[in-house]
Amino acid sequence: MKLDNIYQEEKKSNFAKVSEIIITMASRPSGFIGLSILIFHVILAFISPYIAPYDFKAINPTLMLQAPSAEYWFGTDDLGRDVFTRTILGGRTALTITFFGSLIALLWGGLLGIFCGLVGGKTDDIVMRIVDAFLSIPWILAMLLIVSLLGTSTEVLIPALGFFYGKGIVRVARAATHDVIAKDFIVSARARGHSNFSIIWNEIIPNVRDAILVEGAMRWSWMLLGFSSLSFLGFGVSPPTPDWGLMISNARGLMSFAYWSVIAPIVGLSSLIIGINLTADAFAKALGIDRSTKAPV
Amino acid sequence: MLFLIIKRILLGLITLFIVSLITFVGTEILPGDACTTYLERQAFGEQLEACYRRLGLNVPAYERYMSWAVNAIQGDFGYSLSGEMPIKEVLGPRIKNSLVLASAAIFIGIPIALILGIVTALWRDKLPDVAISTVTIFAMTIPEFISATLLILIIAIWLEWLPGIVIVPTDVSFLELLPNIILPVIAIAMIMTAHMARMVRSSVIQVMASEYVQMAILKGVPYWKMVFKHVLPNALLPAINVVALTIAWLLGGVVVTEVVFNYPGLGRLVIESISNRDLPTVQALAIILASIYVSINLLADLMTLMLNPRLKTLQIRK
Repeated sequence: MKLDNIYQEEKKSNFAKVSEIIITMASRPSGFIGLSILIFHVILAFISPYIAPYDFKAINPTLMLQAPSAEYWFGTDDLGRDVFTRTILGGRTALTITFFGSLIALLWGGLLGIFCGLVGGKTDDIVMRIVDAFLSIPWILAMLLIVSLLGTSTEVLIPALGFFYGKGIVRVARAATHDVIAKDFIVSARARGHSNFSIIWNEIIPNVRDAILVEGAMRWSWMLLGFSSLSFLGFGVSPPTPDWGLMISNARGLMSFAYWSVIAPIVGLSSLIIGINLTADAFAKALGIDRSTKAPV
Repeated sequence: MLFLIIKRILLGLITLFIVSLITFVGTEILPGDACTTYLERQAFGEQLEACYRRLGLNVPAYERYMSWAVNAIQGDFGYSLSGEMPIKEVLGPRIKNSLVLASAAIFIGIPIALILGIVTALWRDKLPDVAISTVTIFAMTIPEFISATLLILIIAIWLEWLPGIVIVPTDVSFLELLPNIILPVIAIAMIMTAHMARMVRSSVIQVMASEYVQMAILKGVPYWKMVFKHVLPNALLPAINVVALTIAWLLGGVVVTEVVFNYPGLGRLVIESISNRDLPTVQALAIILASIYVSINLLADLMTLMLNPRLKTLQIRK
């Protein structure tokens, strides 16, 4: 009976497993809200160029700082641009850059962590000291330095964000590998004479995958926060690209009489970050991983 | 015990050494240096040579690193490029201002976080927990610059209770600074408190579910006596380390908050020195911020060691 169950679980397709996890996530209220917000933002990012009512960079001096009206739903900004158009377009750059950045972070952080956990010894000691050193440099200082010297193009931002948010994943992947490595199936794989590569690929990755994925999902929301902070400080995407961080910093100086142009991007960015956070939390709970005792390193 | 403490301190020093190497190599390999930035279009020939000589950039990199490191240990970080002022003098008042801001946020944040964390854990899944947890999720996920902007909009602009932007000279006295720091402190304390409250909550929940607490309940130990004598001491110990890591991580957020409020602290200096490509100041800031991070963690490690008798013997046996 018991064997039968195990056999059936093995046969489940990947698609069935993924949909089961998504259903578990959506069955909690917070997970459902998070998933809905995230899906809404992703769909919006795809369709917004087609539904935007105005041109996001069309400057019109006669329409400066108009209050919200039937024609301009969220009003206009200091250059007479439509705030509604810029707000629905404002998440695209951030979502794309941080999504690919998180993938890079997952890949290098996860693989290096697994490798360190597996080989141990001197190599592990040296790599972990370097990772610790990188962790103790505030991310914002390092990111600002790179961006100010290399420019703010996508080709710089994605690898830089990927690198700086991946170093925390190294630790998580290493700890997860340590938990697995003492198990019997690794010992027997070694006894069968498998190479390190084969052990990593066939034995360790399937077992530490969940922990690393959850960490990656969490990193995504922090990376989004970091990226918008860079934009806000003027070190992210360059104008006239519509971006929430940039829009908030532009509209901030005028908010004593034109608060609408600062409220719209604030709602957009906050809802996306909260959505990703709730989704990542629900994802962790669906996989049975408790993240709440971990510090956001 | 003494051996352990010395080992932790040594590890911290090694980390700082690597940080200094990283920042030095990092500023070295990235394109553009102080002279090309300073001279802009005239950066060639005799003038460039002269600038390199004046700033001592004409000697090999490792020699510069050695002399820089030796001076930095003595607290001398060289001259800032933009202000032509010793970096030590630039940093002094900034460190003081940031320290005032951060410690005010920590002293307000920690007690509130403890109370919120304990309350939410003891009334788990009941109304107080659901309400407080929802608020903490908002407070910890919303970026600092958004909460700071909203604070300015609501409290400074709409209600006109407090000044929204700090307009004081860098070397202002403590009492003059005080009314100006209320909003920045709230902005920083909010996110810090939310993070810590969540960790305290799950730590307390874990201990409440442990066997010895169940045993105490079965033995009929009064509820509050059990909470204060058995649960809290065991739950708060592991939280110390995590709280320290959180505080250190939030240093980045302090930078953003200082910019929003125009606060004359280390954070704004970070932005200013990077905008001006003032690399000596950037290096000094990297080392100082990294030392803060390392020392907060070291302090937390030592506190856990001192407070936990079990850990002491365990580590020594190892």
